[in-house]
Amino acid sequence: MSMWEFFVEIIPELMRGFSVTLSLTALALVIGFIFGIMLALGRAYGNWIVRGVCIGYIEAIRGTPMLVQVFIIYFAIPGPWPPAYWAAVLGFSINSSAYQAEYFRGAFQSIESGQMIAGRTIGMTRLQAIRNIVLPQGLRMAIPAWSNEVIYLLKYTSLAYIILVPELTRVGRLIATETARYMEVFLIIAIIYLVATIIMTDIIDRFESKVRIPGLGAQEAETSQRNVW
Amino acid sequence: MTMLEVKNIHKAFGELQVLRGVSLDLDKGETKVLIGPSGTGKSTLLRCINQLTPPDKGEVWLDGVEITDKSVDINKYRQEIGFVFQHFNLFNHLTALKNVSIGLEKVKGIEKEEARERALEELKRVGLSDKANQYPAELSGGQKQRVGIARALAMDPKVMLFDEPTSALDPELIGEVLEVMKSLAGEISMLVVTHEMGFASSVANEIIFLENGVVVEKGSPKKFFENPDKDRTKQFLSKIATLYGDSGDR
Repeated sequence: MSMWEFFVEIIPELMRGFSVTLSLTALALVIGFIFGIMLALGRAYGNWIVRGVCIGYIEAIRGTPMLVQVFIIYFAIPGPWPPAYWAAVLGFSINSSAYQAEYFRGAFQSIESGQMIAGRTIGMTRLQAIRNIVLPQGLRMAIPAWSNEVIYLLKYTSLAYIILVPELTRVGRLIATETARYMEVFLIIAIIYLVATIIMTDIIDRFESKVRIPGLGAQEAETSQRNVW
Repeated sequence: MTMLEVKNIHKAFGELQVLRGVSLDLDKGETKVLIGPSGTGKSTLLRCINQLTPPDKGEVWLDGVEITDKSVDINKYRQEIGFVFQHFNLFNHLTALKNVSIGLEKVKGIEKEEARERALEELKRVGLSDKANQYPAELSGGQKQRVGIARALAMDPKVMLFDEPTSALDPELIGEVLEVMKSLAGEISMLVVTHEMGFASSVANEIIFLENGVVVEKGSPKKFFENPDKDRTKQFLSKIATLYGDSGDR
């Protein structure tokens, strides 16, 4: 069987695996995003108790390997229900929330405090100032760092293969063992991951320039450089 | 009618006693200028007035209400105290128009379209109708500061506090901001921290000289500039004159 024929034969199976990879990534991203924002706000603006809890969580998660976290969750959840996929979702979400929290916190804290104070002087409560002034700017600013998280996560979902979730890497591994064509299978898988990350990066880049604040940021630096030359 | 009354304000940051019993009052439509060497508590005083920095001791009364009272909702009264910053502090993600209308929408709960119209009015008042859709990063320093003034005015304040509104500006941009401030004088009660002696002498009803956390001397511009009582005041004025040029009118 030629390389091409082999490829055509295994691609539907790989795509099924890839769809699991994508759904793991998407769920972990979204759940991690929601909790990441809450953690970031808690760490940046909470009282000492809230801040302490958020810091403890973030550091505990960032300081332990994701694989170990997935194992702990997988073996800690008792269940007659099909746990592997959801254990992976939970593990990746928890992990991602800690990393996303740090990206967001960095961005929130880079907004000059003067803007927040200005919000307070026109009568906004602290919460209103955070919501209307810090969040809209901080989230925009976090996009470049956040796009790293998307790419990491897409690739790290391959760890789910260890608890037998049929995502792309596991499916590939099975095919490779069956057919003994390791090199080709893993090359194809690598290409699939690569194409996916390139597409995602491009989507995020477009989104970033779409929501860019006029006059601020990279675009301006680019134009002024052009003017120099 | 007294709009603002500040009684015996004390404020310390750790060991550093910044304000040691400052009192002043501001009548409706009056403009008072606060001067004094840097680090002398002028900005702290303004921040104590709107409780951004709550004073350790003393009272602030706004139009008959004691806002230093712990039981008042300070967010409600802060709307009535316009604040203009040295570094503008505009909201970078919003257009000039939105910078002005956001307080109307989110704080006063005014409907979007009406907030927009009122914000446009305020921008017109500071001469920036044509910049409504520009973002802060696209405006000059003087324009930014005028948006800052419009943002404060939109809340319909009883008092406006200006914290060195022109000291971060290039010299050629100072005039446009002072023009706007002059146009407000008489209409709105203003307390202005500034080194612009030309502005002080032509607009202020009273000049207050603050040093080391106490009021050294106060008086009408004429008295203050021509015949101050205290030697320290004379000394300070002569220094300012060397630095900023004579009390020339900009």
